[in-house]
Amino acid sequence: MDMIDRKIIQQTQAGLPLSPHPYHEIAKTLNIKVELVMQRILAMQRNGIIRRIAAVPNHYRLGYKYNGMTVWDIDDQYIDEMGAQIGQLDFVSHCYHRPRHLPDWPFNLFAMAHSKTEQGIKTQIDEISSILGSYSRGHDVLYSTRILKKTGLRITRP
Amino acid sequence: MDEIDKTIINELQNGFPVCESPYQSAAEQLGISENELIDRLQKLLDDGILSRFGPMYHAEVMGGALTLAAIKVPEKKFDEIADIVNSFPEVAHNYQRTHDLNMWFVIATDTPIAIQNVIQSIEKQTGLHVYNMPKNKEYFVQLKLEA
Repeated sequence: MDMIDRKIIQQTQAGLPLSPHPYHEIAKTLNIKVELVMQRILAMQRNGIIRRIAAVPNHYRLGYKYNGMTVWDIDDQYIDEMGAQIGQLDFVSHCYHRPRHLPDWPFNLFAMAHSKTEQGIKTQIDEISSILGSYSRGHDVLYSTRILKKTGLRITRP
Repeated sequence: MDEIDKTIINELQNGFPVCESPYQSAAEQLGISENELIDRLQKLLDDGILSRFGPMYHAEVMGGALTLAAIKVPEKKFDEIADIVNSFPEVAHNYQRTHDLNMWFVIATDTPIAIQNVIQSIEKQTGLHVYNMPKNKEYFVQLKLEA
């Protein structure tokens, strides 16, 4: 990643211009050729700097009122095996192994689940629970009650 | 939000082209005009149905760092503490959640060391302990939210 990539990132981290030729706009602002902008963006997609170019919906506004961060206490020995299985569930948006903070926080597997109904999320939690079985020594579900901020990443500042 | 909006949201969660006229290409796939797609995206963003539209960057691949952090905030001080935490540009999202640890936020920085600095500043400004929960490992997921 060089200065050109960083400038492209700065120009697009709040969003892509909403005009017919967004990559031309970026090129004009940066005073470089549009071919270079597109080349760099494609290269960043290939090497994973850009996960994808996409619309990011607000869960709540799509009717997903039940957004649960399900957290589980899994024996470290089995966590990768369990994490891989839980990540494959089609209602899980994020799945991570994170550190415990004993004694307050015994949980090390985090899986975000989303549903439009209360019954839906309960069914999802039951499904995770049945997959984990006795590998889970305890769990909790933290529902989000309010989005306080959602700006996306602002990694590179001018 | 009508059926066309729903189709736009569902389809554009998957990706968006890199070409001379990407809105034109995407609009053709959706069976609408370029202008209509742009206008509808603008409205979905203005209405807050979309929180953003554009490239999603991967902090760690860029040499930056991400962490999930949580604070136990006394209910009475909740909004005041939220304002302090949100004032950090490094805080990318912040959610209120049902738990003693009731504020959960993502910190994204240019460098791994900067995470610690942000956490220390938040602790200093709020007077509260920040539980830092950086990922040990990310498991592959493939979710799409149906509009």
